[in-house]
Amino acid sequence: MPEDAGTGFETNRLKGGVRSALKHDSADLHVTGEARYVDDLPEPADCLHLYIATSEQAHAQIKDMDLSDVRHAPGVVAVLTAKDIPGTNDIGPVIPDDPLFVEDKVMYHGQSLFAVAAESRKAARYAAQKARINYEALSPLVTIEDARTAGSLIEAEQVMVLGDAEAAISQAPHSLSGRLTEGGQDHFYLEGQVAMAIPGENGEILVHSSTQNPTEAQHLIAKVLGVPDNLITVVVRRMGGGFGGKETQSALLAAAAALCASKTGRAVKFRLDRDDDMIVTGKRHDFEVGWQAGFDDNGRLHGAQFDLASRCGFSTDLSLAINDRAMFHADNCYFLGAARIVSNRMRTNTVSNTAFRGFGGPQGMIAVEHMMDAIAFKVGRDPLDVRLDNLYAAPERNLTPYHQTVEDFVARELMEDLGTSSDYRMRRKQIEDANKDAGTIKRGIALTPVKFGISFTTTHLNQAGALIHIYTDGSIQLNHGGTEMGQGLMVKVAQVVAQEFQVDIDRVRIMATSTEKVPNTSATAASSGSDLNGMAAKDAAEKIKKRLVDFLSEREGVPADDIVFSNNRIVAGRHVFTFNEVIKQAYLARISLSATGYYSTPKIHYDRATHRGRPFYYFAYGAAVSEVEIDTLTGENRVVRTDILHEVGQSLNPAVDMGQIEGGFVQGMGWLTTEELVYDSNGRLRTHAPSTYKIPTASDRPASMNIKIWDKGRNQERTIHRSKAVGEPPFMLAISVFSALTHAVSGATGHRVFPQLDAPATPERILMAVDAARAEAEKLA
Amino acid sequence: MISFVMNGRIRTLERVDPAQTVLEWLREEERLTGSKEGCAEGDCGACTVALGELVGDTVRYRAINACIFFLPMLHGCELVTVESIGTSKAMHPVQKTLADCNGSQCGFCTPGFVMSLFARYQETDPALPHSVNSVLAGNLCRCTGYGPIIEAAQALTPETETKSRFGNSETVALLKSIQDAPVGEISFPDPVHKTDRAGFVPTSETELKELLETHPDAVMVGGATDVGLWVTKGMQNLPAMIFLGNIPSLRTIEQTEAGLCIGAGVKYSDALTHLTALHHDLGSLLTRLGSVQVRNSGTIGGNIANGSPIGDTPPFLIALDAQLTLASTHGERTIPIESFFIEYGQQDLHPGEYVKSVTIPPIRDDLVFRTYKISKRFDQDISAVCGAFAIGLDGGKVKTARIAFGGMAGTPKRATACEAALAGQAWTEETINAACLALTEDYSPLTDMRASADYRLKVAQNLLRKAFIETTASNRTRILEAQDTNA
Repeated sequence: MPEDAGTGFETNRLKGGVRSALKHDSADLHVTGEARYVDDLPEPADCLHLYIATSEQAHAQIKDMDLSDVRHAPGVVAVLTAKDIPGTNDIGPVIPDDPLFVEDKVMYHGQSLFAVAAESRKAARYAAQKARINYEALSPLVTIEDARTAGSLIEAEQVMVLGDAEAAISQAPHSLSGRLTEGGQDHFYLEGQVAMAIPGENGEILVHSSTQNPTEAQHLIAKVLGVPDNLITVVVRRMGGGFGGKETQSALLAAAAALCASKTGRAVKFRLDRDDDMIVTGKRHDFEVGWQAGFDDNGRLHGAQFDLASRCGFSTDLSLAINDRAMFHADNCYFLGAARIVSNRMRTNTVSNTAFRGFGGPQGMIAVEHMMDAIAFKVGRDPLDVRLDNLYAAPERNLTPYHQTVEDFVARELMEDLGTSSDYRMRRKQIEDANKDAGTIKRGIALTPVKFGISFTTTHLNQAGALIHIYTDGSIQLNHGGTEMGQGLMVKVAQVVAQEFQVDIDRVRIMATSTEKVPNTSATAASSGSDLNGMAAKDAAEKIKKRLVDFLSEREGVPADDIVFSNNRIVAGRHVFTFNEVIKQAYLARISLSATGYYSTPKIHYDRATHRGRPFYYFAYGAAVSEVEIDTLTGENRVVRTDILHEVGQSLNPAVDMGQIEGGFVQGMGWLTTEELVYDSNGRLRTHAPSTYKIPTASDRPASMNIKIWDKGRNQERTIHRSKAVGEPPFMLAISVFSALTHAVSGATGHRVFPQLDAPATPERILMAVDAARAEAEKLA
Repeated sequence: MISFVMNGRIRTLERVDPAQTVLEWLREEERLTGSKEGCAEGDCGACTVALGELVGDTVRYRAINACIFFLPMLHGCELVTVESIGTSKAMHPVQKTLADCNGSQCGFCTPGFVMSLFARYQETDPALPHSVNSVLAGNLCRCTGYGPIIEAAQALTPETETKSRFGNSETVALLKSIQDAPVGEISFPDPVHKTDRAGFVPTSETELKELLETHPDAVMVGGATDVGLWVTKGMQNLPAMIFLGNIPSLRTIEQTEAGLCIGAGVKYSDALTHLTALHHDLGSLLTRLGSVQVRNSGTIGGNIANGSPIGDTPPFLIALDAQLTLASTHGERTIPIESFFIEYGQQDLHPGEYVKSVTIPPIRDDLVFRTYKISKRFDQDISAVCGAFAIGLDGGKVKTARIAFGGMAGTPKRATACEAALAGQAWTEETINAACLALTEDYSPLTDMRASADYRLKVAQNLLRKAFIETTASNRTRILEAQDTNA
């Protein structure tokens, strides 16, 4: 099969092949409330409701846990503690350091202590409060600084090296250093964490879980119960949002519900209240970054050093790979010259931070963008020019700090296109002129690029499976290992299958993701969903298609090459059959109409010990220009206009991709502006509800928003129909907002001072930065 | 026993837990799972349903948060859920347009958006905001970035025929038939707290006064936007609840000689046009108080009575010297509203007494009035600081000054030292600087998750500066109002 088979004229006639801008497969169910989420499923008779009690302290020894009032509370059926776990008390996905229930030592405020099952959710929640717990308080390590002082790390310091950065910086004509604080972020998926476990016969348990990672849930449940994986089936039809927050964090609910189902023999549902969800489950890592740069008169780098430190929380979770990805993206689109990237992963007495769209990438990338802005200010140039002068370029300036050669670099052309279409240069000049007036409102503008590495950097995860059945009436069932969290994966993979068989997409039934259909899957994460599962589904479809071709070829006496699938028909020489006819005849001829498919990403390898290799199959690119204004009296701010040009290769579904681009950008904007996680000195999260934790609303969306998919995009690697991953990369387009805010704050000094603005840029941080910058400007005067 | 209209018929519930939310009832008892629980505190809007209320011979539909709306509050109303308006096989135009515009991704927030847009679609209510951003401010979406939803909202033009499916003469007749149905005393044995819970829906102030005498432990519930959380988050056991929504005399707004008299049970939405007419800034403030859903439930009286230091109406009411009328079986008394707030958690409210109304005096022409709300997010956020300034100017001099802030102390509080620094002085930058300095004597604000003490004080001072600049310079000073393009 040629790589791009079926991208020609057939697409025009076929309903729902690749490249069609189809709406989400569940859109009609979403808008009518008919789409079922785990909490909407009919509860089996006698279904119990589970709730957990959580620690009131961040770091403490439990001296005594008196649960008698819990057991006697109205409606209580069972109480489960660590002692009730028949298998291993651990739900850590990588390292076994994440207990389901605390045994004796509390490691963060909100850690799960025990669970109580009752006849109603209200009764379970009420009973869970009735425990009398005697803590012996220990002093908690709350901040990155606390952990640094105490030397508390989840693994040894990691270092990535290209050349001799220290020498390059010291020998460069200019040098500069800077620092940046980056806040964390709560996922705030609208559907909170939930699971329902239904016991079957002979130890089997079926678990409906809102999870991005059914296989991991299956594995961890089996581990907690001490049973083989084959007893546990995990099913997920859809999530009400994931964003990484249901990659590992869903396991707590799934495992606790399954444990209770196993103990009581009754169905068990466990749904966290929003506040508890935010307190109990992990978030995006916050970072402290320091950098040094050596550069020439034009701001072109000779060398750069980054010192990244993140708050990982009490356990390992996915922090190793997340912090690795921060290191992988500290270059973004720039050839750093010599580079040294140091990463410290701090163990603290806070919730274990976890995957979140971008997976550390945004935290690394914003550091180098901050550096670019600072260098440009220092050399007195437009930051766009400094950025352009530092871009990767073949043949000599294309080696990353992890020694992967950048082979598909399109950022320069894309940035130039965007600069022109957004009228960036003229607007920047107008803004800087306008900022000189006496008014209290100042504006800022910035153009920042994104280059995001695609593949799980843990190489073995880059595999996927699919299972396709065709029934004798010609209807098709599609199963694969990816999960649907709103990103439109299911419709994209269905389009691939429709394209392959040349049938209308209505014929393809999208099934819930189940560990009994496709085993040993990877999490739907790392933007990999359609790359991996699309290819696996295509492989399965190709297998069935080949059988049909061979069957027709033999029966009709036509060479296989002359058999063409086109628009719900199959042409075999001079004969034209409907798809349904061929399926029925194939069945009668005893041809298997079911096949599994499999895919593993080629070319990639990585040596974590030396931090060298080719972790990424390819890169996805984009760029954004944002214009902001700030009120220098209050720090209030808003984005007035954003222009985005984003590259998705050749889109499988432009409607879905546009949704990912805009949604990712706005979510990134929230991370950098209004979304602030506040911990008190005792390690308690104080922002654990939408009343105190503010994600963007409709009015926060830039008043003028121009988004385009870059029409020159094409994946030079043989990905599914030459498309590119789109889940995470657009998140980092929002760095343009932060950069523009920095520019606006400098505008409060007539652009005489480069301000220290940290993220998230709340009104408070902006006002404080304005005042500090003005004080500095006065000193200069 | 409560009665309401749902899907074209009267639903009568004999056994009601007064503390059960409409969302719990829909999802757990009716198995109508289209409305979602996203936060259970009225902040995300995933549970949005429309409430139809009889207004004369028409039905007015408004979006509310079902997650903090108690069942007895439905009495005499129509409840419209996402299931009521269409199915995937026969979608309502709101549903179809939203789906076709790619307005759903994960879909969990979607039914809530549908119902907010449905209320707008049915709109006959001049008090409701028309700007799409305002209509959607109470619905959080984490996937789409809102663009496709805004696009859908803009594409929707109500068709008369579809519109008339709701609020038709049959519905009006049904609603009329239950308007005077007595609720009686509701008594519910709470299986979790093992106590009986009483609920009352009085229809007159006389009835209310008697209930407050006989049930001193009862909680008065206005719009439940605060009390709702005592139940869903605090899991409090409320032994008796008195719902105030069906007392017509508490829901009146009238212009009296003393000023604009707003009944304590008046919803924010109902007060909006009146307050906007009083002053532009009051309209702006009110459209940033909570969200459409919150403003359709919450009451001005509730915002005052709960005594919160961060409520958004007390600062301007204090600055404008509003008068509060309190009532009980012992009679009525009227006090300046500033004296109502004694200290954190303590108000000048006697046992058996309730907030009856608040009267805002007219804003004289020589009064410079401004009010500003500062929060991390523009829409639906609780203020870090909310300031109100009423400065009487006479020939370039400050004749009178009343300034009050929320978020700066344990109660909404006047800035007396600051006022003193202004009084009698020339309205100049020097005077403002001195008055800003005096603000440090008025307040020692707290640091919390919303803002630091430093920021609160600095921004309070800068709000006074802003009020000054707005009277003396022509530069644009507000970044918010220029931008609401999604009208």
